[in-house]
Amino acid sequence: MNGIHDMGGMHGHGPIHPEADEPLWHAPWEARMLGITRAMTFPKGFNIDRFRHLRELMPPHLYLARGYYDHWYSVCVAALLDGGLVTRDEIKSGHAAPGSARRNDAARGDQVWQSQKSQGIFTRKVEEPPLFAIGQRVRARNINPAGHTRLPRYARGKVGVIQLHHGGHVFPDTNAHQQGEAPQHLYAVAFAMRELWGPDASQRDEACLDLWESYLEPA
Amino acid sequence: MNPHEHGHEHHHEGDLAHHHDIHSELPSDPALRVKALESLLTEKGLVDPAAIDAWIEIYESRIGPRNGAKVIAKAWTDPAYKRRLLSDATKAIGELDFLGRQGQHIVAVENTPETHNLVVCTLCSCYPLSVLGLPPVWYKSAPYRSRAVLDPRGVLKEFGTELPEHVKIRVWDSTAEVRYLVLPERPAGTEKLSEEQLAALVTRDSMIGVAKVKAP
Repeated sequence: MNGIHDMGGMHGHGPIHPEADEPLWHAPWEARMLGITRAMTFPKGFNIDRFRHLRELMPPHLYLARGYYDHWYSVCVAALLDGGLVTRDEIKSGHAAPGSARRNDAARGDQVWQSQKSQGIFTRKVEEPPLFAIGQRVRARNINPAGHTRLPRYARGKVGVIQLHHGGHVFPDTNAHQQGEAPQHLYAVAFAMRELWGPDASQRDEACLDLWESYLEPA
Repeated sequence: MNPHEHGHEHHHEGDLAHHHDIHSELPSDPALRVKALESLLTEKGLVDPAAIDAWIEIYESRIGPRNGAKVIAKAWTDPAYKRRLLSDATKAIGELDFLGRQGQHIVAVENTPETHNLVVCTLCSCYPLSVLGLPPVWYKSAPYRSRAVLDPRGVLKEFGTELPEHVKIRVWDSTAEVRYLVLPERPAGTEKLSEEQLAALVTRDSMIGVAKVKAP
């Protein structure tokens, strides 16, 4: 979707302001929210791509105004409501509705390290050989799907060169909509800054993006 | 089938977005909302508070930029390890047991006198958590995400890093589940330092690519 999250190339967001000796958390609730997100039970079939898509669907004014872990709050609440695990009244009150079911399958503290070490593997076998070879020129397709995609607007329609082949990876555009992992070959594609931003950009510099095969066509 | 056809249908995007409407009925203070969410989920058996504590503990004491610094110092002192890191970083970092969530597929990119690498995630906040820990606020912020791909030299200047015109900058936009780790240049005058002493010099910012490693 052409959302507020797709920020590459925008002006007007101001200076970066790195914080010296930045603490891990700026308030205790940030730590709790990170822990809740990692530890809570999500609806069946929920996945990281759906998490990112729900974040993109935040109203743009809230996306810009609220901090990172507050985004996670919004995503977790939206996921819980969407999956029917909680009701709006429960979110508002902070308490379970009288007589509502209580589950007993939440991840336990002693399972957390195992989860940290074993989760998050997104490589998958793809039977078809890769369509593109390292060094080949490709064009990122000009597509504007209303759903989730990982092809940023700034690269659409631009010509680049295949830099790396990462093998088969889960395809976010289908996975975010719980339409299957539909793995595809994934490539790092290098685009000249002048191709992306025009003649005023540096003639030496490049931006490399990881792009799935169906985002690309031969150029 | 064109895999993007689904984008023209309606996959309850409206319904999903609708769940965000609840914000107009909730307190603006996130501390209150998060506390209420934790109580609710605990009551319903959807979260175990001990698991929340355990995750916080992991990021406070077990996973952080010291992991990445050990990888870099080893690459600086062990040429065979450096070759393995640059050809298959996932495997090489696995040797040190630093793989994990948001860092199971890693590519290491080497800074040299000719090329400087810089990492960003313009679409969200992807970051090599398993080797660098939690990202700093600026990495997740709109100013960095918007300008790192458009004006990397200007961005680097805001971190006090000025590169000569002949150095090529390559910005890595982390649009997939591959995480990029910058192998910074080893500073001159550090020939006599041990691997451990070298690791102490390596900063988080140098492994993102916004700064160089400074000699002691």
